[in-house]
Amino acid sequence: MTLLHTKLKTTPKIEAGDFTHIVEYLLKMMEISVAEAEKRTGKNAVNMQETYTVYLIETRPVDAASEGTNPVPDSLWRRYSEFELLRNYLLVTYPFSVVPPLPEKRAEFVWHKLSADNMDPDFVERRRVGLENFLLRVASHPDLSSDKIFYSFLTEENGWKETVFETGFQAKADSRLKALNATFRVKNPDKRFAEMKHYGDELQSVISQLLRVRARAADRLYGVYKVHGNYGRVFSEWSAIEKEMGDGLQSAGHHMDAYAASVDDILEEEEHYADQLKEYLFYADALRAVCRKHELTQYELEMAAQDLTSKKQQREELATGTIRTFSLKGMTSKLFGQETPEQREAKLKMLETQIEEGEELVKERNAECEEFVKSAWVDIERFKEQKDHDLREALISYAIMQISMCKKGIQVWNNAKECFSKM
Amino acid sequence: MSAGTPRSLPSSGQKPIQDICHPLSAEECALSRSPDVLNPCSAGERDLILPNGTPVDTSSPASSSSLLNRLQLDDDLDGETRDLFVTVDDPKKHVSTMETYITYRVCTKTTRTEFDLPEYSVRRRYQDFDWLRNKLEESQPTHLIPPLPEKFVMKGVVDRFSEEFVETRRKALDKFLKRVADHPVLSFNEHFNAFLSAKDLNKRQGLALLTKMGESVKYVTGGYKLRARPVEFAAMGDYLDVFTQKLGTIDRIAQRIIKEQSEFLMELREYGPVYSSWSSFEEDLHDPLEGVSGCVSNCSSALEELTEDMSEDFLPVLREYVLYIESMKNVLKKRDQVQAEYETKLEAVVFREDKKTLVPSDVEKCQDRVECFNADLKADWDRWQNNKRQDFRQLLTGMADKNIQYYEKCLAAWESLIPLLQDKQDAKGETN
Repeated sequence: MTLLHTKLKTTPKIEAGDFTHIVEYLLKMMEISVAEAEKRTGKNAVNMQETYTVYLIETRPVDAASEGTNPVPDSLWRRYSEFELLRNYLLVTYPFSVVPPLPEKRAEFVWHKLSADNMDPDFVERRRVGLENFLLRVASHPDLSSDKIFYSFLTEENGWKETVFETGFQAKADSRLKALNATFRVKNPDKRFAEMKHYGDELQSVISQLLRVRARAADRLYGVYKVHGNYGRVFSEWSAIEKEMGDGLQSAGHHMDAYAASVDDILEEEEHYADQLKEYLFYADALRAVCRKHELTQYELEMAAQDLTSKKQQREELATGTIRTFSLKGMTSKLFGQETPEQREAKLKMLETQIEEGEELVKERNAECEEFVKSAWVDIERFKEQKDHDLREALISYAIMQISMCKKGIQVWNNAKECFSKM
Repeated sequence: MSAGTPRSLPSSGQKPIQDICHPLSAEECALSRSPDVLNPCSAGERDLILPNGTPVDTSSPASSSSLLNRLQLDDDLDGETRDLFVTVDDPKKHVSTMETYITYRVCTKTTRTEFDLPEYSVRRRYQDFDWLRNKLEESQPTHLIPPLPEKFVMKGVVDRFSEEFVETRRKALDKFLKRVADHPVLSFNEHFNAFLSAKDLNKRQGLALLTKMGESVKYVTGGYKLRARPVEFAAMGDYLDVFTQKLGTIDRIAQRIIKEQSEFLMELREYGPVYSSWSSFEEDLHDPLEGVSGCVSNCSSALEELTEDMSEDFLPVLREYVLYIESMKNVLKKRDQVQAEYETKLEAVVFREDKKTLVPSDVEKCQDRVECFNADLKADWDRWQNNKRQDFRQLLTGMADKNIQYYEKCLAAWESLIPLLQDKQDAKGETN
């Protein structure tokens, strides 16, 4: 296993637009799947009994499988909160990456027949698929896939949590307040990022609306189909008092029952489409997070630059004795008299040091900013391509679903029509 | 059902409908009949020339027409044997100082000698159809008269002058006249003739209103108690009760479906445009998203059509049959009354006289009436069952067809979208 990891470490760094190197990523070397889900009970942090679900992660080296030996995969169990921990770690450690989202914690945008209960087997199953999707996305990401913590998440059951905390990533996390502050106060963010953030907002808004309306429509469609089942019963009752018409009515009734029953499968399939949309709903958030990080780094650069400018200004004032702008110092010196030459000298010296440090800081932050912009933009471009591809695929599969539904409808009604014509 | 007593009618008993023969036919009948019963009805009438016999005097039951009925029962009136064609079309609005109403054009083509001309074209309003139906009910009380569409519509709830309402009514009126025209007895009725041919129906209506009271009194034989309802008529009554119930259920289901579909439609009308607004801030995905929006819009229109068709074509026919059944049940009641009157009168006679004398003529007349009523009713019943079967076959296959058309429209829309969605992908693949 360590051999595998060493191999990953020596993967060449990715340049912008260089997507052909995807083949060297973790996914090419390792099969990853979230194979099962199980219920567990245990004591939680406040020592209370709780029931939770764990998911089985299986990994297997690709080479072995292709050789035909097909060894038993390595596996370990993880619960949702551990996935969350992994993601939070990735968010902090790779702020320039659009980090793939997790499937939703609680069922939202449900149409009424679908359970909103987290313990519901259908929800658990869809979540299993979503978690697997998450792992595959991370494993095929140019930067994230080579992360050590991610690797041990997949391979080391015990002690993984401690390892994560040991990285001290939580300390590096930006406070929400800090980020919000930056958003409001930043003066010159990169235009592209501002546009991207706006795009993220719009994407989130439109997909939310789409999911809401779709859920309502699904509810209605369910009603339409199910009421047709009532025809089945009444045709059967009616056929009992008829002579020649009886058979035709009875068999037509059966087709109406079949029609009513068909809606369950139809709507289950549509849930997959909804899940695909949801992934990008959450991706929009990840995108905005990157843009906010840019605002923050830009803001910190601006703050440092501003600070430097003001220090330089102070130095000038002190050196020339002119007070260009109003300052409390100036006022007090006017009121209480000027400082002694020794005091001034000391102050100047201090300022010089501060200015030196300030210039270093500005250089640092500038470099950080530039580095961030470069890396982030590369990943955003990659994300854009992925999004266009995935959503197009989702629309195609949605259209195919609709086509299948129409064909089934035509078939059932043709069958019923045949029965009616024999009445 | 109690077995027939010596005093009850020969035609009542345990036999099923199919085995009951017409009182006027002598050959097949296995039941013993007293010659007294048979003669009054058939005497003098067997020599009638068919089918162009003159319409019967309305004061006595149409016994000769029953004979007509019997002979034409097995005729499947197709294009070759039919000699009377009627259509209702061309609705027009009339505005006068007193009222606003709709008239319909009634066209007739016929070779029957009862009509002076081979073709007629008159304009009639709903009132006139109502008049005709009332006249038919009065003059042919032993027959099943087809129903008219509902007379009263709640003003403010339904627009009496909307295209949909007028068209639905026109179809129902057309059906009504066609059913009468196809009936071997009703089609020869003089009122029907007048309805189709008279330039001015109003004068006749006025006269009719006066005589209406007089005629209807004839058949109000109230208060007689029926001893034993014959099996076949009891079966008819039972059938109609259950059938009416089932029709009511089907009506409710259809209405519910229309309601659910309308609500689904409402959601679709919101759903489609969301894809459109999404496309407005996408580049590569712009066309695919617009395409989906258009598709949903097409499906919405198709659904709207389906719902409208079901409302306009399906529900009215169901309701028509419910009305039909109501009037049929009334005819069955009348029959019961006529039978009850006969039985009571017969009992009274037998009790009064000890010696076996000839049955008084008014009692004979009663018996006559009962037998002819039964015969007419049975013949009409069979014809009604046949028509009902055809009507419902047509109605239900129509419903299936409309649903098939809806799905085919949606299918076409989504299938045409697929190449649009895949298009850019192929192009992209090539540049890579």
